[in-house]
Amino acid sequence: MINGMIVDRSYAAVTGRKNAIIEKAMGVDYSRYESGSIAFDYEAMMNGTGYSLEDHIRIQREYNVGNTPIFELHNLTALARKYAKPGKGARIFVKDEASNPAGSFKERRAATSVYHAKKLGYKGVIAATSGNYGAAVASQAAMQGLKCIIVQECYDSKASGQPEIIEKARKCEALGAEVLQLSVGPELFYEVLMMLEDTGYFNASLYSAFGVGGVETLGFELGHQFKERYGRNPDVVVCANAGGGNLTGTARGLKKAGCNAQVVAASVDLSGLSMASDTQFNRKSFTTAHTGFGVPYATDPDHSDVPRSAARPLRYMDRYVTVKQGEVFYITEALATLEGMEKGPAGNTSLAAAFSLAQELDKDAIIVAQETEYTGAGKHIQPQLAFARQNGIELCFGDPATEIPGTNIVFPADPSLLRARDADLDHMRASLIRRQASHAKGPITEADIAYLMEETRASRAFVEEVLQKLNQKN
Amino acid sequence: MAKKNDWVRIHRNVLEPEQRTGKLPEDTKKVPLEMWVKGRLQNETAELGDEVTVITAVGRTEHGKLIEVNPCYALNYGAFVPEILEMDASLRNALFGGEAND
Repeated sequence: MINGMIVDRSYAAVTGRKNAIIEKAMGVDYSRYESGSIAFDYEAMMNGTGYSLEDHIRIQREYNVGNTPIFELHNLTALARKYAKPGKGARIFVKDEASNPAGSFKERRAATSVYHAKKLGYKGVIAATSGNYGAAVASQAAMQGLKCIIVQECYDSKASGQPEIIEKARKCEALGAEVLQLSVGPELFYEVLMMLEDTGYFNASLYSAFGVGGVETLGFELGHQFKERYGRNPDVVVCANAGGGNLTGTARGLKKAGCNAQVVAASVDLSGLSMASDTQFNRKSFTTAHTGFGVPYATDPDHSDVPRSAARPLRYMDRYVTVKQGEVFYITEALATLEGMEKGPAGNTSLAAAFSLAQELDKDAIIVAQETEYTGAGKHIQPQLAFARQNGIELCFGDPATEIPGTNIVFPADPSLLRARDADLDHMRASLIRRQASHAKGPITEADIAYLMEETRASRAFVEEVLQKLNQKN
Repeated sequence: MAKKNDWVRIHRNVLEPEQRTGKLPEDTKKVPLEMWVKGRLQNETAELGDEVTVITAVGRTEHGKLIEVNPCYALNYGAFVPEILEMDASLRNALFGGEAND
């Protein structure tokens, strides 16, 4: 019952009320950005929050978020140069986002959502996340005095949970949140919708413009830090890519800082594993920053918990590379044993890619892995690998190119074997265009074509060719 | 036995297998969508396995089967993984190795 009214809580009924529930739980009328055709006004949505970049910075300063240091990784740079051609081997840097209060960049994403929820008079916030975002929202809710519920996908049907996710539940509870844990399945969003309806709390979606707008401070800060310290922009910024908000926000912030660095997406290659499979859930060792989220969210941003996602990474990425699980664990160990920094494995996805990409760049170039994350029991190379072995995954040394997700984890037998591999961006662009065109209610307009060009950073010819092939098929 | 106001953990099926819909892999379709949450017990007394009501950290009322009283965090650093030492050795050797550094 809600306000004395009996409501239908069946799956079909609740998901049917999705748009109304979300509008009430966010105070955002997404329909005002729609054109009625494929296109919607992305920039109007991003600018329609009422929070400028300066506002995000002010709020984050007030709640102890951001201003994280950049570190040059001299030993990793020296190691990369051993395997690079003469004159090659860029300087490798990392931005230590683990030094945010809850241990990751995700706090940039949480701060304004929680601030806005409080301003609008919501009593609490809800977020659907098994990752660092939960700890970030819980931390901000604690600081800003709101209640907080985190909904996690945590266990398989044998009640066996990923150590990394169980640690996150502990952290969220330590920060005062309620943690509701679920078994595997996309119906998590059904549970979240019911909770939003029941509690009247704010939907602190990862994909709102408040959240992704908050990540702009990361790119903006990074651009300024390099200008202040080294008098120049970095050449390449590598962003781990899952839902796309990290890359989108960082790239927008870099642009606002006048930094034209190449933006590279990096995901852990989990190809072949189904993210919604009960039996495969614990056969992976990364619960985020992987292709199982990265590719579907890049090609279909609008299948999240908001009608229109603010995370639209294909608009901003210059290149998309994948790395293997064994390579990310290996670089995590390298960061500990060669640089004296123990950090969480998933947060080193971009660093693994940077180590390889540095070898393509000139010695005087600068490449930045734009995050680290906290580590601890459960969320650490040791328990995550122990858990993999316990689940029948073979651990071995060799060429990581031979790694088969869900079967083995192959650590590089030699640092030279750590290789970022290019994903097919054009394939993803075409996939996005086909998907969005399939939702068209009428003929595709000139504005739709311009929109699809922006969505994919593709030429008119590319967009028209994909649309033409689609027409021939139909 | 648990008594009123004890901090407990409960479990409940949110959707039975036949209620699950959408595009799900075959293995997931065969199992229920399960839920776990913690809170303060509202029943005067209860035994493990009893259907109970709790008030969660934010003050929500939830119901389910009592599965743990004073639930603890069992996570740790896991079993020893010798491959990690091997990684360390190979990395240090690759960067600093050679006679000059012995």
